[in-house]
Amino acid sequence: MIRSLIAQARRAQLNRRALLAGAGASASALALAACSTGGAKGKPTPAADTSDSDKTLNWANWAAYIDEDDNGDYPTLVQFTEETGIDVNYDVAVDDNNTYYGKVKDQLALGQDIGADTVCLTDWMVGRWIRFGYTQELDHANIPNLANLTPALQDPDFDPGRKFSVPWQGGFAGICWNTEAIPGGLASVEDLWNSELKGRVGVLSEMRDTMGLIMLQNGVDIAGDWGDAEYSAAIDILREQVENGQVRNIKGNSYLEDLKSEDTLAAICWSGDITVLNAEAGDKWQFAIPTAGGTLWNDNFLVPVGSPRKTNAETLINYYYEPEVAAEVAAWVNYITPVVGAKEAAAAIDPALAENQLIFPDEDTLSQAHIFRTLTGAEEQKYQAEFQSILLGA
Amino acid sequence: MAFAAFATAEAQAEAPKRRSRIALFLLLPGILYLILFFLTPLISLLLTSLQAPAEFGDIGVYDYAFNWQNYVDVVQQYLPHIARSFGYALAATVFALLFSYPLAYFIGVKARRWPLLQSLMLVLVIAPFFISFLLRTLAWKQLLSDESFIITSLKALSLMAPDAHFTGTPFAVIFGLTYNFIPFMTLPLYTTLERLDTRYLEAGSDLYAGPFAVFRKITIPLSMPGIVAGTLLTFIPAAGDYVNASRDFLGGPDTQMMGNVIEANFLVLLNYPAAAALSIILMAAILVLVGIYVKRSGTEDLL
Repeated sequence: MIRSLIAQARRAQLNRRALLAGAGASASALALAACSTGGAKGKPTPAADTSDSDKTLNWANWAAYIDEDDNGDYPTLVQFTEETGIDVNYDVAVDDNNTYYGKVKDQLALGQDIGADTVCLTDWMVGRWIRFGYTQELDHANIPNLANLTPALQDPDFDPGRKFSVPWQGGFAGICWNTEAIPGGLASVEDLWNSELKGRVGVLSEMRDTMGLIMLQNGVDIAGDWGDAEYSAAIDILREQVENGQVRNIKGNSYLEDLKSEDTLAAICWSGDITVLNAEAGDKWQFAIPTAGGTLWNDNFLVPVGSPRKTNAETLINYYYEPEVAAEVAAWVNYITPVVGAKEAAAAIDPALAENQLIFPDEDTLSQAHIFRTLTGAEEQKYQAEFQSILLGA
Repeated sequence: MAFAAFATAEAQAEAPKRRSRIALFLLLPGILYLILFFLTPLISLLLTSLQAPAEFGDIGVYDYAFNWQNYVDVVQQYLPHIARSFGYALAATVFALLFSYPLAYFIGVKARRWPLLQSLMLVLVIAPFFISFLLRTLAWKQLLSDESFIITSLKALSLMAPDAHFTGTPFAVIFGLTYNFIPFMTLPLYTTLERLDTRYLEAGSDLYAGPFAVFRKITIPLSMPGIVAGTLLTFIPAAGDYVNASRDFLGGPDTQMMGNVIEANFLVLLNYPAAAALSIILMAAILVLVGIYVKRSGTEDLL
């Protein structure tokens, strides 16, 4: 508490100094101020762990991302509390990587508790948190079940050896279409630019998925070594399709509303959503990974730097890496589970489920999906600015 | 109030001084509140808008500086969005006025004879406020989607081109802004028209003025305070609105307003100085426009 106050006071001082510098507007004062602020920045230090005496845990996660029964309870979490005595407060607090980050970033920078002991965020956002020192290093001795992690996800470029993050669920981005309006179906991203679909195509506002699919269509290996030229070529395609009215809208989660209202008949979309949409609003949409390949993303557990309940979080992660538990969750959320053995466990619940390529993809399906490589801070800024300039129009 | 009354009864001579001290004391919470929740964020916003990217810094890391270039950059880059914001807000204000004036006139003047009807109509104007305006805007998005009854009917009647659509166009955004701000226009208009002395109108007709001249020379000038208040209450929030124009609601990529640009810069691009500079520009521009408007319409008393 006192430490954070001092940190805040220090910041306030910088404010005053910068204000004076601004008023004076002298170049030397500016240079001094710039130096002093640059030196003061450091990574926050992790909070002390009180898990031994404090048997609670706050888990912030996305909506519809865990098994839920008709009473609104989470069966796997209830079982976890029975087994370990840790009381979990499951909070559907994440609606978007960016807005969640905007909400907690200042507390994270001061090393304060953000009210969540573990959060599930997408790969690239996790990469940013690790770079900034906003996460705590996980003690793998507390997560023996991590041995069940699928080999493909053990060494991502943003967290080699999974020291700071552990996958929760993953999914594909691909293309989907309304089977009543487009009985012939679509095979590639190129098919979305067919003039018959003019004004009825939606793309995602998640840069890595939309741009990833277009780059794959251009023959770029998005996981490998690509740069400005490859990105610009893909941006030009997207800009052209947005400006000539082929693309109706660019949206986040709400793209499903457009599919439902038939404002869009085809879209770039996320695999799990289409299963849910079909169950909700009549079986008339189909998802496919484009012939040139789709993107694969994961949401990962991490422990924010200010959380005093790291061991409890590790206990929770360990629990969800039991194949039976993972299968139960996967059966409900329809996303890809990273746990080896969950497929066999799911076959025991429902054999058809275990055959669903969008939940338990085999080697063949996985070979069509690619992970967007991690961007450096400068690249992120540049590429996002180009992407946003399309989203915001002229 | 009670304290002041007590003080004057006790010591008549010292009354003004005491009263002012008590007034100051009573003002204190308000002043503190303003300092804490208005002045501090405003200064912080101003300082942020002058920040420069940190050297060797990662994305979203900025140092305090005096980088006024930020303002030039955002104006150059987002001039179309700034113009669009004020254009849409102006259009929405004009439409809202055109819709609201007859409505307010009917409720405030024509319906005077039927108080029940008057209050019923007022309730109908206010009723939409009972539902979140986000939900109402989403509902319009559904009602105006491509396969909706309204749009398919318009197309069947050849009033719309077969491949045209409504959501995601500037019309949809202006429609949404107008719809959402009509109550803000109607209520102030109603309060002035309700007090309109109709004997002036009679006197005008007795002096051989036609209905149009009576309206132009008597009704409009007398309802000017309501018009100014209503247009301000509509224009100011409409210029900064980012819900109607959002791609998730009624807008599309080519209808983005300043609010959307600020949101994207703050949340996605982590370009806090640009977002702050745009916010300051928005505030300053509204202040100047409103100042000119109030000055020219001759109703400074309102401010």
